[in-house]
Amino acid sequence: MSESEEHGVVLAAHDVTKTYRMGDVDVHALRGVNVGLRQGELLVLLGPSGSGKSTLLNILGGLDVPTEGRVMYKERDIAALGDRELTRFRRDHVGFVFQFYNLIPSLTARENVALVTEIAEEPLDPREALELVSLADRMDHFPSQLSGGEQQRVAIARAVAKQPDILLCDEPTGALDVKTGIRVLEVIDEVNRTLGTTTAVITHHAPMASMADRVISLSDGRVYQEHENETKIAPRDLSW
Amino acid sequence: MNLLDRKLFRDLMRLKGQALTIALVVGVGVASYITLRTAWRALGQSRAVYYDHYRFADVFGALKRAPDSVADRVAEVPGVSKVYPRIVKQVLLPMEGLVTPARGEIISLPMHGRPPLNDVLLKAGRLPEPGRGREVLVYEPFAKAHDLTPGSTLPAILNGKLQDLVVVGLALSPEFVFAVDPGTVVVDDERYGPLWMAKDGVAAAFQMEGAFNNLVMKLEPGANEDAVLNAVDSILKPYGGLGAVTREHQMSHLILTGELQQIEILVVFLPVVFLAVAAFLLNVVFSRLVTLQRAQIAIIKALGYENRAVALHYLKMVCVIVFVGSVFGLALGAWMGNAMLDLYAQFFRLPMIRSRVDLPVSINAILASFIAGALGIAIAVRQAVTLPPAEAMRPPSPARYHASVIERLPLIGRVAQTTMMVFREIWRRPVRTLLSSLGIAFAVGIVILGRFGEDAMQPIIDMEFGRKLREDITVNFADAVDDGSLSYIGSLPGVLESEGLRQTPVRMRVGARWRDTVLIGIPGNSQLRRLYDVKARPAHLPHSGVLVTGILAEVLGAEPGDLIDIELKEGDRSTRQVRLTGTVEESFGIQGYMRKRELHRILREGASSNTALLRADPMQEVELQSRLTDIPSVQSIARKRTILDKFEEQTRRTMKVVTFILTLFATAIAIAVVYNNARVSLSMRSRDLATLRVLGFTRGEISAILLGEQAIQVLLGVPIGMVLGNLGAEALVQGQADPEQFRLPLMISQQTYAFAILVILISALVSALLVRRRLDSLDLVAVLKTRE
Ligand SMILES: Nc1ncnc2c1ncn2[C@@H]1O[C@H](COP(=O)(O)OP(=O)(O)O)[C@@H](O)[C@H]1O
Ligand SMILES: [Mg+2]
Repeated sequence: MSESEEHGVVLAAHDVTKTYRMGDVDVHALRGVNVGLRQGELLVLLGPSGSGKSTLLNILGGLDVPTEGRVMYKERDIAALGDRELTRFRRDHVGFVFQFYNLIPSLTARENVALVTEIAEEPLDPREALELVSLADRMDHFPSQLSGGEQQRVAIARAVAKQPDILLCDEPTGALDVKTGIRVLEVIDEVNRTLGTTTAVITHHAPMASMADRVISLSDGRVYQEHENETKIAPRDLSW
Repeated sequence: MNLLDRKLFRDLMRLKGQALTIALVVGVGVASYITLRTAWRALGQSRAVYYDHYRFADVFGALKRAPDSVADRVAEVPGVSKVYPRIVKQVLLPMEGLVTPARGEIISLPMHGRPPLNDVLLKAGRLPEPGRGREVLVYEPFAKAHDLTPGSTLPAILNGKLQDLVVVGLALSPEFVFAVDPGTVVVDDERYGPLWMAKDGVAAAFQMEGAFNNLVMKLEPGANEDAVLNAVDSILKPYGGLGAVTREHQMSHLILTGELQQIEILVVFLPVVFLAVAAFLLNVVFSRLVTLQRAQIAIIKALGYENRAVALHYLKMVCVIVFVGSVFGLALGAWMGNAMLDLYAQFFRLPMIRSRVDLPVSINAILASFIAGALGIAIAVRQAVTLPPAEAMRPPSPARYHASVIERLPLIGRVAQTTMMVFREIWRRPVRTLLSSLGIAFAVGIVILGRFGEDAMQPIIDMEFGRKLREDITVNFADAVDDGSLSYIGSLPGVLESEGLRQTPVRMRVGARWRDTVLIGIPGNSQLRRLYDVKARPAHLPHSGVLVTGILAEVLGAEPGDLIDIELKEGDRSTRQVRLTGTVEESFGIQGYMRKRELHRILREGASSNTALLRADPMQEVELQSRLTDIPSVQSIARKRTILDKFEEQTRRTMKVVTFILTLFATAIAIAVVYNNARVSLSMRSRDLATLRVLGFTRGEISAILLGEQAIQVLLGVPIGMVLGNLGAEALVQGQADPEQFRLPLMISQQTYAFAILVILISALVSALLVRRRLDSLDLVAVLKTRE
């Protein structure tokens, strides 16, 4: 019996390394990482800046390929896929949320969401997705007319609108103040609970770990700690 | 609407200033192509159809007089398919209201049916009938200039006798598409007009019964032209043949061909320049756009859009720009093409076939624009496509700068930091700087091209009309007259000074090379005719020996000191050897000069002249001209002032249009180059500039940084543009129809350079100010907050 079946692991990195060549020096962003995302869980990836969190998340989400190692999505090694198949994989299975929201400035909130629903298999209605993040009333606003927190919530709506199997969030609160940050985390938590989307959230902020089912800590390109929370704390009760 | 398309549309709206200026350049490129192609096709096709339907001849021969039977001998020459002998005579038309009588060229029509070659196109009335010697067809523009209609009478001096001719019809002919009086080089509808009369009438008036003095021929396809010309010349020689020539030497055809050739040069050159500039600007703008939209491209890819969708997105954007430009260009081109044909219609008299829209040409133009557009953004699109989605989430690393070479020059070591910024920016993108300068250079060059023609005219006018021809009135006689009787003209009231010239047709030959030309005898102490050498110094007329125009010496391969065989076509038609002593520079034609006395000696004749040059008292000129008109042997009278005025008017009129259009075109380039570069610079450096503002720099100082860069590009472009303009002008001068007929000097005045530079500087300044306005409203706080 494989590990993946044992814990209901959906997406897993096996012995993944990533080396960037910067001129004459090699930067080892990941030095052999083994991580599994379990069905329906909320995972927090914790680590200081530069520890390789983003690199790992990008590789898991098919935005990047590892230098060595395998990335298994169910029974498939996506590390071996070409650009076209990777695109397909992202389109069908993964939703992304980034630190800088990355909304298209020339599209309204609803249109930014529709950008995804247009190419997804079984999408939510953009309106529905925006309701989920409590922004239905700001639907026709352009990103420049929204606050940072609101923009991030639109980004989350966009990520979940296609009903992805996996939601990957890279420092979603990194550019936000505490209050709006918590509001965003609440939305992520709610998506995880109500839709049951397997979710990974990156942060360098240790207290956030308490809202997770499971926490994996990265340091210098390696996993150095992994533990499961007995009880999850709701985002608004996190001690910031 | 697809969501990416919606983004596209909104992005374009934000870029509208840049999109529109680039579309403008595309449009001008398309318009120039359409205009020139329209004109070229209309003119070329009309000519082809006209020549075909009205049987324009291949070979033209003039002679003194030959019996009709000689024409049959010419018809036997291998390669000749059809021969049509005619009588062509010069006549004076003392029109009411004209001081100087107009010149007519009377051409015989066959007794029955239409002319087998060089047919007439009847525009009104009917053909003259045989047996009615006074009936004529009149060249339509001449008739219009004098309000002649069928039924009008036309005074004419035929062979010295004044007669009233009856106009029975108005006509055009493929022989006179561009009807220029051979003596004057200008189109003057009022003073020159071909006439057609039934052959019996012409023959009776000029005692030419059973004879002809002009022969036109059609050749069989693939005939050996040189062999035919040689054979024809040798048959006609005893009859005073002046040497047959092909179409290429027929004045009307020659000028028409010259015009078509000029268009052929421009039709390649102009659109290519405009599309290249458009492509370059698209490259600049889209490279920047893709950089700015790195994060957007990445997220679109992260969301699962394929590379193709991203590439298509940017391609579509260019398509919109090119489409807008093309539509504008097509409309402008159609309008300008028509305007150009209207202009042509003033000079080229032929039934113009105007096609409304030339579909293949339009499609070519649009296709070429799209290709240029696609090439322009190819690099940017490649960047977008190869951008890895993960990479794009990271802000781009700070651009790398180096100390520019200029900074290392010891003298400039201590320039202000802001100046340094300008130099570093330029140094960082040398290719872009260079290409921008090249764009500006093209703009400068195009303005120069549009205006240099006018410059070139001035030295011709000064030289030909000012320094060389010093008479007021030129009188030509049908045949040479005794110098004794010439003194009668000199004694007429109002004549201040008079001189006789002796002109005789000859064939000059050096070895195997030869040309049919005219040898002109000038009195040794001539006051009214001056000759000049290449350096515009007075040329010395030798006691014996001949001077020829530089181009004739070139054609003959003769150097001063060489002997030239001169085959006479008058008198005993023998060949004389004369030494070439030097060359003269002239703008029109090929000819030789010698002392009049020497020419008489060669011709074995007494003192005689066939041209009288007169300086006249302006107060008595009207009276004088009417006296001259009354002299029977006078074939034509020309007034230098009138010719000069016509010449100036004619050249200025065409040049003005060309100058205006090309200047406008060039402005489009200059504006687009400066505006787009400045906008892109602003976008790339708004953070730096805002930071400087925060640090306490004034608006003026940061404008100087941004626009200083543009100024350097423009200033760099100006001298290159002067060189390009020169090269272009040279190409156009080289492309002239026939240097043996007319030589446009390569001459670009300071005013033209100044004008070109001024036009471009002003366009640049206006665009720079437009961008500067944005700089003034730079939001310091917002700019500092935005990422990248
Ligand atoms: N494209 C890249 N080129 C070079 N080095 C990179 C690149 N991406 C990441 N790195 C390096 O890899 C290491 C890990 O980066 P990252 O995964 O972004 O860390 P984190 O997200 O944990 O802050 C860092 O040292 C970073 O500088
Ligand atoms: Mg990171």
